[in-house]
Amino acid sequence: MLNILLERLRQGHRTIAFPASLPPLPPRYRGLPILSAGPCAPGCGSCAGVCPSRALGADADGLYLDLGRCILCGACAGACPGGRVSFSGDHRLASSTREGLILRPGTRPTVTPLEPARQKLFARSLRLRQISAGGCNACEADINVLTTIVFDLGRFGIDFVASPRHADGVVVTGPVTRNMLSAVGDTFDAVPDPRVAIAVGACAISGGLFADSPETTGGATPHLPVDLFVPGCPPHPLTILDGLLRLIGLKTP
Amino acid sequence: MEFAATERLDLTTVPVTPVDAFRCRVLDRVAEGWRVLALFTLPGDAGGRELCCLMGRDHDGQLSFLRTAPLTAYPSLTPECPQCHLFEREIYEQWGIMPTGHPWLKPVRFTGCPARPDTPRPAPGVTEYFQVRGEQVHEVAVGPVHAGIIEPGHFRFQCFGEEVIHLEIGLGFQHRGIEAALAGGPDRRTVHFMETAAGDTTIGHCLAHAAVLETLTGLTAPARGRAIGRIALELERLANHTGDIGALAGDVGYLPTMSFCGRIRGDFLNCTGVVCGNRFGRGLVRPGGTAWDLGQPEIEELSRRVADAGRAVLGAAAILFISSTALARFEGTGRLCAETARDIGLVGPPARACGLPRDARHSFPLPGAGAKDIPMQLNDSGDVQARGLVRRLEVEASLDFIAGALADLPAGPVRAALPDALPPHSLAVGLVEGWRGEIRHVAATDADGKFAAYKIIDPSFHNWFGLALALRGQQVSDFPLCNKSFNLSYCGHDL
Repeated sequence: MLNILLERLRQGHRTIAFPASLPPLPPRYRGLPILSAGPCAPGCGSCAGVCPSRALGADADGLYLDLGRCILCGACAGACPGGRVSFSGDHRLASSTREGLILRPGTRPTVTPLEPARQKLFARSLRLRQISAGGCNACEADINVLTTIVFDLGRFGIDFVASPRHADGVVVTGPVTRNMLSAVGDTFDAVPDPRVAIAVGACAISGGLFADSPETTGGATPHLPVDLFVPGCPPHPLTILDGLLRLIGLKTP
Repeated sequence: MEFAATERLDLTTVPVTPVDAFRCRVLDRVAEGWRVLALFTLPGDAGGRELCCLMGRDHDGQLSFLRTAPLTAYPSLTPECPQCHLFEREIYEQWGIMPTGHPWLKPVRFTGCPARPDTPRPAPGVTEYFQVRGEQVHEVAVGPVHAGIIEPGHFRFQCFGEEVIHLEIGLGFQHRGIEAALAGGPDRRTVHFMETAAGDTTIGHCLAHAAVLETLTGLTAPARGRAIGRIALELERLANHTGDIGALAGDVGYLPTMSFCGRIRGDFLNCTGVVCGNRFGRGLVRPGGTAWDLGQPEIEELSRRVADAGRAVLGAAAILFISSTALARFEGTGRLCAETARDIGLVGPPARACGLPRDARHSFPLPGAGAKDIPMQLNDSGDVQARGLVRRLEVEASLDFIAGALADLPAGPVRAALPDALPPHSLAVGLVEGWRGEIRHVAATDADGKFAAYKIIDPSFHNWFGLALALRGQQVSDFPLCNKSFNLSYCGHDL
């Protein structure tokens, strides 16, 4: 018993102060991509040519980056001859809408809190059921870590539960493989209304790197009414936590 | 044909072996102590598929490669060589090549057979399961969606009261079609498929892929780049072993170690974040070295963080492994004997916990890495306790390795540019001891130097069957504990 108490003293208090303050992220962390204004050289396409998940493109309004597809590898930043693409240290990537993830110069994704009816129900108690549907265990791991003493998700009234019947919503990871499609639908159907659906990671938002595989079905977006999109490959735990808190109407730094 | 693990094999020089001789040679070599590293097919003449076998010998790192002419059926190896059972099921599912006499040719990934479009695609998880009949015998079915933040799989227990007579594991739910997407490469997606083949083993799979491309092109990563990759590999091991020790503690209700390790695991992931900005090492290891260098500030930061997290995890493990209540649950639970482990081709900490000296860091050192650069940790009781202790000892070995490697990082560049073109008709192998065990990548190029086939064999491929066997005779309530003591990858198996 004494050795447990001594070890407890040695390990110390480890819960971060977030959302009161932001813990430091590593200097090399690649967060929110920034597109600078200005024309591209005609017919350049250097950034799109190196993007592994076809996140970059140009249309009538000029260059755009689909954060729902982006795996934040940073290849485009190195490829753009005009330096129009760069990666900031901003961890706030989540969006309430799929369209909000299409980044252009001067735009950023935003989270609108749930409408009053669901916010009243979920703001102080949100029970979520996680479904991995082709996830590579990185998104899963960074969701799992929210339940450790570092992030202590329970202090916000948010928790992950075993049964969809006990849940207020689902968190989907992975590109939703053909072999998981029916299980995803069954699990979501087992969650009583009103409920939320959250897509975590590029795969769950758009199929990500696997969007072209005939074995996947484009993530959760085509199958569920997604309320929160959390981009990344995988998203940093703070990115996920930030999205969850803003969804239920809490202020974050 | 025998060759060294870091040697490119010119496929035009490999003779075709008649199928009977092929079978005899594989079985003879297994009897001599060789292991079947991969049984797979390569495209042959007239649209057929050749059966190929890659074997490895641990004591001198030699590989052996055999191939047949294109075939549609052959006498199964599994009855005499059980470590082939899943390979043969996989080949049958993918290419319709019948291993005649295979004891149970069940689907592996429930894809149907693309080579036989007339056969219907089975519903995921729907197949025959071994059933025990009798009074008071009952069946427990779990999954694919499990009670936790975890990947999907289906488990069927045949129980007599609390006792598990038999466990059968059905996977395939995570199948994303990675190997099919790799054919015709390498392209701009290839390295990212490696990073996500099993996302918690990003560094391990990327290093195996790097070894394949370096062996194919004959270029080796500069010493500094390889050393940073090796450091990242041990950081990955530290993070996951720490998580596993915590999970073992959690499953027996020993909460202090569980809480501590959850935090410390994150500290090790953050160390990888210091190296490349991503906690899982995305964007770090590339064929030819690494994409990031370590400056003096990063080296000092890493040394300090690793030492702090190391002290914390050893302290957290120390109180667990002297707790009599925890040990009472660990000892004798989920026991596998060395003979079974050898028969089924078990790898990684579960194999070392049965006393099998299998560690790719010793047998097949990476190109450009020092041979036998880390001591091997063995135990012989084969139970949950042994698997936990092996991890605990490997934590210590990895901490020592990283401290030494950071203090003595070779000078020079971190990455060599590899040529764009790969040599045609060549085969190369990448073998890396990831935290779960031996990761194997085998690539063969076609006439244009593109991947004709790229095989990924995650350590989970063999070890899932080890978990099923370890549960025989155990209480069904000990399944979570046994499961955590293996902690296998679903997506690494399903690809």
